[in-house]
Amino acid sequence: MPPVVALEAVEVDYPKRGRALGPFTLSVAPGEIVALVGPSGCGKSTALRLLAGLEQPTRGTVTRTAGRGETSVVFQAPTLAPWMSAQANVALPLELAGASRRGARDLAAAALARVGLAGAEQARPAQLSGGMAMRASLARALVTEPRLLLLDEPFAALDEITRRSLADDVLKLWRETKPAIVFVTHNVEEAAYMASRVAVMTRGPGRIAGEIEVAGHLPRLIGFRTTPEFRHAAEAVSDLLVKGSEAAA
Amino acid sequence: MSKLLDLLAPFALIALLLAGWEIACRVTGVPAYFLPAPSDVAVALATDTASLMQAAWNTLSVALIALVIASVAAQAIALLVGLSPLADRAVRPLASVLQVTPVVAIAPLVLIWAGIDHPERAIVALAVLVAFFPIFSGAVTGLKAADPDLERLFDLYGASRLQRVLRLRLPSAVPFLLEGHKVAAGLAVIGAVVAEFGAGSGGVRGLAWRILDAGNKLQTARMIAALVVLGLMGVVLHALLERAERAGLAWWRGR
Repeated sequence: MPPVVALEAVEVDYPKRGRALGPFTLSVAPGEIVALVGPSGCGKSTALRLLAGLEQPTRGTVTRTAGRGETSVVFQAPTLAPWMSAQANVALPLELAGASRRGARDLAAAALARVGLAGAEQARPAQLSGGMAMRASLARALVTEPRLLLLDEPFAALDEITRRSLADDVLKLWRETKPAIVFVTHNVEEAAYMASRVAVMTRGPGRIAGEIEVAGHLPRLIGFRTTPEFRHAAEAVSDLLVKGSEAAA
Repeated sequence: MSKLLDLLAPFALIALLLAGWEIACRVTGVPAYFLPAPSDVAVALATDTASLMQAAWNTLSVALIALVIASVAAQAIALLVGLSPLADRAVRPLASVLQVTPVVAIAPLVLIWAGIDHPERAIVALAVLVAFFPIFSGAVTGLKAADPDLERLFDLYGASRLQRVLRLRLPSAVPFLLEGHKVAAGLAVIGAVVAEFGAGSGGVRGLAWRILDAGNKLQTARMIAALVVLGLMGVVLHALLERAERAGLAWWRGR
């Protein structure tokens, strides 16, 4: 099957900061979960914006089979409009694409229920906890049934318990429609737990230092964190991170 | 107890100052046309209550009409500027020139343009000019203040320019617009008063006219009475607008 999106030797230069990324190559197959791990400032978020089509590379090629409206992004902050209810926020992508208000709101209510926010439809973002707001943001990303879901450090601002439960929820939701997922993190354990493949980046301007396949069933079974597969993957990712940093330095 | 003290403190100070003023006037026998005693001002306030209220309403209604006109014009132009960078570059220098020109300096010109028979139009126009800028600059800033990640989502969803303005940028500008209107309402009253002074006796018979009229007749107690009403009007208006802004922000944020 052709990849949902592929970046081939892309480079991004910014006028004042110079090279931010690359040469960087990453291909994402339909339905796979890829974690993008790397030190701060290596260009992870830039890579994610390229994958989303929100930014164009200075050099290199981007190939995409996921069309407009088939890509969703979840940012580090929930990025909900404070003046709208949770339901209106989730319905927004559908309404902007021309769906009827009624139909969009119904689908939004269903999406909120899928992320465990049934009953919170009329709540404003300010009335939601950090974890709930992130779930609403996830519902907004899923409501369009994307083929490519991009997550930019979505759990970074949350406490450990909420992080873990959201990670499991993302995997459960993934099983329903099997979108390709690329998520950025600098948490090695989170990467090894959630992804079927971990792409490790070097220090900025980031290149791919190496890729680690993570064995095991998705979504993860209870106790996966204690299995040899998990420990092996996490150690391999850590090693690659250290080597990638040394090589770049 | 301390809350009660906090509440009473400003009134206690005012009472103390008034008492000192009253005693000083009685002891020194200073002529009333130079410095009337607070009791004289109180008498003027009591006898002129009806006409002072009418004058206050005349000034306030001019300010409110000006505020509405300024609000519509400023938001329309800000929207145009927000949609077109070219319009932004064209309008900004002109807006700055008008902003830094004192209303007193433009008043005679506007009075001529409004026509000798319609000084009230000139007063409204001058108050509009003063009230325009806080709303305009608030709107322009607010239209550019949307969350950059939300802007990216609108890119991703392929939103049209109109959708972006109506569903993202205008709602994002609401806190800036509330602040702009609060400042503008206060300035509209100041603009109306200054314009009344400029228009002189032929204009709207508002509080400024009362002050001028009483001053011409050396009725200093009535002058101060009009000033007291103007001050009270300002305090009440400011309190109301503060409350409206807070309520508006609470509604916008959802709490």
